[in-house]
Amino acid sequence: MATTTTLAPGTTGYERSWVLDWLTTVDHKKIGVLYIVNAFAFFFFAGLLALVVRTELAVPGLQFVDQSTFNQAFTMHGTLMIFLFIVPVFSGFANYVVPLMLGAPDMAFPRINALSFWMLPLGGLLIVSGYLVGGAAAGGWTGYAPLTGVQFSPGDGTDLWIMGLAVVGTASILGSVNFLTTIFKMRAPGMTLYRMPIFVWTVMVTQALILLATPVITAALIALFIDRNYGGSFFDPSVGGDPILWQHLFWFFGHPEVYIVILPALGVVSEILPVFSRKPLFGYRAFVWATIAIGLLSFSVWAHHMFTTGVVFLPFFTFMTALIAIPTGVKMFNWLATLWRGSLVFTTAMLFALGVISMFLIGGISGVMLAAAPVDFHLQDTYFVVAHLHYVFFGGAAMGVFASAYYWFPKMTGRRLNETLGKIHFGMLLVGFNAAFFVQHSLGIQGMPRRIADYAADAGWTEMNLISTAGAFLIAFSMVPFVVNVVTTLLNGEKVGDDPWEGNTLEWATTSPPPTYNFDRLPPIRSERPVFDLRHKHEPNLHPEANP
Amino acid sequence: MSAQAPTRRQGGFPIPLVGMLLFISSEVMFFGGLFATYFSARASFAGAWGPPPGAPELEILPVPLPITLILLTSSITMHWAVRAIGRGDSGRLRLWLVVTLGLGLVFLAGQIYDYTTLGFGISDGVYGTVFYTLTGFHGAHVFGGVVGLSILTARAGQGQFSARNHVAVEAVSYYWHFVDVVWVALFTTLYLLG
Ligand code: HEM
Ligand SMILES: [Cu+2]
Repeated sequence: MATTTTLAPGTTGYERSWVLDWLTTVDHKKIGVLYIVNAFAFFFFAGLLALVVRTELAVPGLQFVDQSTFNQAFTMHGTLMIFLFIVPVFSGFANYVVPLMLGAPDMAFPRINALSFWMLPLGGLLIVSGYLVGGAAAGGWTGYAPLTGVQFSPGDGTDLWIMGLAVVGTASILGSVNFLTTIFKMRAPGMTLYRMPIFVWTVMVTQALILLATPVITAALIALFIDRNYGGSFFDPSVGGDPILWQHLFWFFGHPEVYIVILPALGVVSEILPVFSRKPLFGYRAFVWATIAIGLLSFSVWAHHMFTTGVVFLPFFTFMTALIAIPTGVKMFNWLATLWRGSLVFTTAMLFALGVISMFLIGGISGVMLAAAPVDFHLQDTYFVVAHLHYVFFGGAAMGVFASAYYWFPKMTGRRLNETLGKIHFGMLLVGFNAAFFVQHSLGIQGMPRRIADYAADAGWTEMNLISTAGAFLIAFSMVPFVVNVVTTLLNGEKVGDDPWEGNTLEWATTSPPPTYNFDRLPPIRSERPVFDLRHKHEPNLHPEANP
Repeated sequence: MSAQAPTRRQGGFPIPLVGMLLFISSEVMFFGGLFATYFSARASFAGAWGPPPGAPELEILPVPLPITLILLTSSITMHWAVRAIGRGDSGRLRLWLVVTLGLGLVFLAGQIYDYTTLGFGISDGVYGTVFYTLTGFHGAHVFGGVVGLSILTARAGQGQFSARNHVAVEAVSYYWHFVDVVWVALFTTLYLLG
């Protein structure tokens, strides 16, 4: 189904050493690719650390690593997965496609864009360099004080962790200024807010959350750094400080962070489902407002992570948390209605999108369970939480990353990833993922605490831990067909036209890959599906809602 | 390339000012976080809140009040700088930029002098920690503004701004006013409400 749109411009450009070209580029598409490659490097490293943790837990006893190595492994795994993989990887896809989707030539501030990218590997290396100076940070990715104070975490690893996170945080603040300005000011004529693709809407809300939540964690990190290095006492109760303050500041950022991670994935799903159902997204405007509602609510629920501290008003935070289930339910309903009676095409991208929906559903249900304070008192800090967070972060967000990769690869390279290898990747990942994490729900209910390196042989947890570890290895092996697929496709994959999926949104109206400054001409933008309109010029508008 | 000019939205707020306003909103949250540490520490503090025992009380004279007035004045002179270039008067622009820059430097010098008279340090209890962190980070932001003003002054010296093209001057002025507002909040919290 290789089709070429009539508006494809000729490629332009001039020759330079390609290394220099990539190092100095300010083109949003190249910066997007740099983001994605960098994020995947950290993904693989953090994945290896997860295998270290899982291998140690496969059977009772301490046989593979010692306690301190174990603590470093899960801390660095969590930190890198969140701050250097899942958030930046979506910044990468957004960098690539948002200007295209808006019909813009580039981001609003191209040079700041390059700066915010290059700060990322710098911050990431600072965090990881703890391993070179006698031990990386080991206080968990949540960095709870006083666990991360000098008393319990001496050594430079934790200071490097703080500095690295501050650099990464500053980078993402600059990035969010850039994204929001681009979305506000760089839309092509005719691209009204209500005609923006849903992915752009989710990026917009995500970046607003980054803009407002990240500075708070930066302030908290600075306070921790002052405590550790200059004799400060923010979190030291013996001289009037307050350790719970860390938790408030952390979770005021940490809960919005969950939506920073998941919203772009939900956005990708909302682009993919209509394309491969050959139907418009059901309830576009409801979807937009549900996204905005989730963004606003996410700032009012942070204390549901702190029920057991005894200092929070339980009914309020339980209620607000349960409220978030409503806009999320709206999205689920809209997706199902989009699929309903569609002529479904099960490409790999579509399979991953369906994977996101079903795994995120499980993660959402366990989340609602945890949000009920009485239940949380039993499950806090058990493997139930680990299961829940992986269903959201991995089953939801990281599956969304793979959906994006398969969906946009032809746009970025002009070549389509092999579908057979893609489906093998999907199958192995889905089975491995559920084997690794589903059993953790019952481990948690049976009381296995998170962040332990060892457990008693007679606790009855051995079998399920073994299954979980086997699942983790299956996940790791599922990366083999993926990497092979990417490499062989880059070398000599099937060449497809500019619009292989028969897409709806503007990125499909230019060449693959697009030229510098993206477009020669733009099709008229009269709905949220301009390329669909272009392809079906003579048919009646199937989606009058977007054309009031 | 042969294509048409990049499509940018015309009219409305200029792109750099939108960027600056967004950046300032993140700075509001940053100082919000720092203020939260102050009020949280104060609320959970058992003894009498204030400088640690042995250190003198905080006084608004001779230094803090005057430098507050100086910083407020610098916001006015900055405003005049923007007004001047809005009329195309680049001579006045340079004048008011230099005055603003000077007032900013006087503020910083005053703050450093004040630190030497306080008689307590950052590690003297939680009061010392929050006091120096809040005022210190504000000082760092003033310093950032001073750097911005210096760049503007240099560019103004080369005649780079005109009545139609001076969006950088406006962007820095937004930032400068913001830093000023934060100081007023800090001065009120630390010195007036004590
Ligand atoms: C490759 C598949 C993965 C495996 C096998 C895995 C496994 C694990 C394990 C064993 C833990 C430690 C649990 C504990 O002892 O408390 C953990 C924690 C965690 N994982 Fe993963 N994980 C994977 C992927 C991911 C992804 C994709 C993300 C996020 C995008 C993620 C985020 C986290 C976080 C935030 C923690 C908490 C760390 C902490 O307690 O400090 N993981 N994971
Ligand atoms: Cu939460």
